[in-house]
Amino acid sequence: MQSLEQLKARLEAAVPGVRAEIVPNGSPAGQPSLLLDNGHARAAAEFLRDDAELRLDYCSNATGVDWPETTVKEKVKVKKVVDGAEKEVEEVRERKRGGYLEAVYHLYSMARKEGPVIIRLRTENRGDRVALPSLTPVWRSCEFQEREIFDLYGVVFQGHPDLRRILMWPEFRDYPMRKDYVEPDDYEYEPTPHDEVLERARRHYAGGPAA
Amino acid sequence: MTTLQSQSAAEEAAGGHQLLEVSMGPQHPSTHGVFRMDVALDGETVVRLKPVFGYLHRNHEKIGEKCSYLGSMPYTDRLDYICSLTNNWGYALTVEKLAGLAAPERAEYIRVILAELTRLINHSCLAGFLLQDMGAAGTPLMYAFREREKILDLFESLTGARMMCDYMRFGGCRCDLPPGWIEQARRVVARYPRFLDEFEALLTGNEIVRARTEGVGVLSAQLAVNAGITGPMLRASGVNYDIRKVDRYGVYGRMDFRVPMGERGDTFDRYMIRILEMRESLKILEQALRDLPGGPILDPKAKLRNLRPKAGEAYGRIEGPKGELGFYVISDGGPNPYRYRIRPPSLINLTILEDMCLGGTIADAVVILGSVDIVLGEVDR
Repeated sequence: MQSLEQLKARLEAAVPGVRAEIVPNGSPAGQPSLLLDNGHARAAAEFLRDDAELRLDYCSNATGVDWPETTVKEKVKVKKVVDGAEKEVEEVRERKRGGYLEAVYHLYSMARKEGPVIIRLRTENRGDRVALPSLTPVWRSCEFQEREIFDLYGVVFQGHPDLRRILMWPEFRDYPMRKDYVEPDDYEYEPTPHDEVLERARRHYAGGPAA
Repeated sequence: MTTLQSQSAAEEAAGGHQLLEVSMGPQHPSTHGVFRMDVALDGETVVRLKPVFGYLHRNHEKIGEKCSYLGSMPYTDRLDYICSLTNNWGYALTVEKLAGLAAPERAEYIRVILAELTRLINHSCLAGFLLQDMGAAGTPLMYAFREREKILDLFESLTGARMMCDYMRFGGCRCDLPPGWIEQARRVVARYPRFLDEFEALLTGNEIVRARTEGVGVLSAQLAVNAGITGPMLRASGVNYDIRKVDRYGVYGRMDFRVPMGERGDTFDRYMIRILEMRESLKILEQALRDLPGGPILDPKAKLRNLRPKAGEAYGRIEGPKGELGFYVISDGGPNPYRYRIRPPSLINLTILEDMCLGGTIADAVVILGSVDIVLGEVDR
C-alpha cells in the first residue's frame, strides 16, 4: 500500500489541475484523508478506481459531516522581546472558519485487498452553495448513500441519477442531521407527566385552539 | 410526479400497453418488515422496481451524537436486531481504534465465539425465511428457530438478554463467562451439524427449491463489487472478499477456516453460501472454544464512563453476518461523538435489487428479496 503522500503525487501527475490536500487525523487510528477540489473530483475518483497500482474498486462508506461556522483557536509561536531579550512565546490566536458540509468516502480495493483511502469533498458554505459532484457514476454503492446525505444534510449531488429523499418523506423540509436543526415542538403533544413536555405543549398551544 | 413520468416511459418500453403498478408493502409478509417495493408489472414480468423505506427511521445517528460513547452501545443492539452481538463488536472495535485501546486476549476469543454463534443464528433464520417466502410455510423456519433458541439460551445465561445483549465494552467485554457455559456451548456446537444435515436433506436437493432459485436474480461479480455489495451476497457472485481474512481483526488471524464462494451468483448460490458458511463457523467455534485462554476480560486502562478520545476520526469495520458493518466516528475531544455514522450492509445490499429483479416475475422478486437478507432496523436506522 502506498502512503497518502505518494498517492497524492501520483494523482496530481495523472489528473492535471487537481488540487489535493492531506487532512491529518489526530486519533491513534491514523487514517489521514485526502481533500479534493470539487471541479476535478470525478476525474480523480475515476483515476483512483482504474489505476493499476491502486484499483480502489469498492467504495465502502459515503457519508456527510456538518461543520458549522466556528472560531478556531490556534497556538502560534511568536518571537517577542521580553525583558530586553528576544524569546519564542506561544500565543493563542482566534480565527473564524466559515461553515461547510462535507462528504467523506471510504475506499477499499477488493482486487488488491488494501485500504482504506479516505477522500473528502467540501461545499462552499452551508446555505446556497451546497452542490458537490456525485460519485455514483464511478461507484454505484454511493447511490443510496448520497441520497441519504442529500436527505439528512442537504448536499446536492450533481450528476446523481435519482436524487430524492430516502429516509424522510418527500414533503419534509429541513435537514435533520445538521447541527443547528431544531426539532418540531409538537410531535409529542400528548400530556405526559414530564414538566418539560407539558411546558412544550403549553407553548405550542398558546394562542391556538383550546388544548 | 416522478412516478407518473417513469411509468409512462416504462409503458412505452413495454410496447404501449398498460402496466400494472403494485405497491408491495409496507405491510406485506414477504418484505421482512416495513419495507415497500413500488413495482410496475407487464403481465407478470417486473419492468420497474423501486425500493421505498424509512418507515423505521428514528435517526439513530443523531441520537448517537447526543449520547455519550458508552450510551450508544445498547442502541446498536437495535440496528440489526437478530445480530446484536456483532453490532456491539463493530462499534466497540471502532471506538477502540479511535481511543487507542486494545481488548485482552480472552475478550477477543469470547468476541469471536459470540460473533460466530450470531452468524449461525442469522444464516439459519435467513434460510428459514427464504423458504417461507417460497411457500414452505412454517416447517423450515420452525426448525431454524428451534436451533436459534438453543443459542439464545447461551446468550441469555451470559448477558442476561436473549436478543438485546449489550455485551461488548471498549477494551473488552462486560462480564466473564458463567460456570458451565463453555461446556454448554460445546454441546450446542457439537449438535449443530446434525441440524444442518437434516436441513439440507430436506431442502438443498428439493426440486421445488431448485426450480425457484436456480438462475433467478443473477448478480455479476463486476456489478456486485461496483455496487458495494458485501458479505455472503458478494461471495455468492464469486468474489473472494471476507473481512475476517482481509483485516484479520480480533483473533481471526489464528483461526483456520475457508471462505466458500459461489459460481453463478444466483439465488441458489446465495442460499448455499450461507449453509457452507455455517459449517465454517462451526470450525471456528470449535477452535476458539478449545483455545480460549484465561485472564482478564477488560483492559484495566479502559475508561467506560466519561470516555473522551482525542480529537480525530476512525473508521472500523467487521464482517457481520449480512456483510460489512462499518462505524465511522469523529471525536472533537468531548464526551459524545461529534459524528456517529453506521455503514449498514442491509441498506447498501439493496442498491442492486432492481437490477436483479428486472425481467423476472413478481414471484421471483419475493425470493430475490429474501435472499438479500435485510433487517429494517438496520436499513432505516
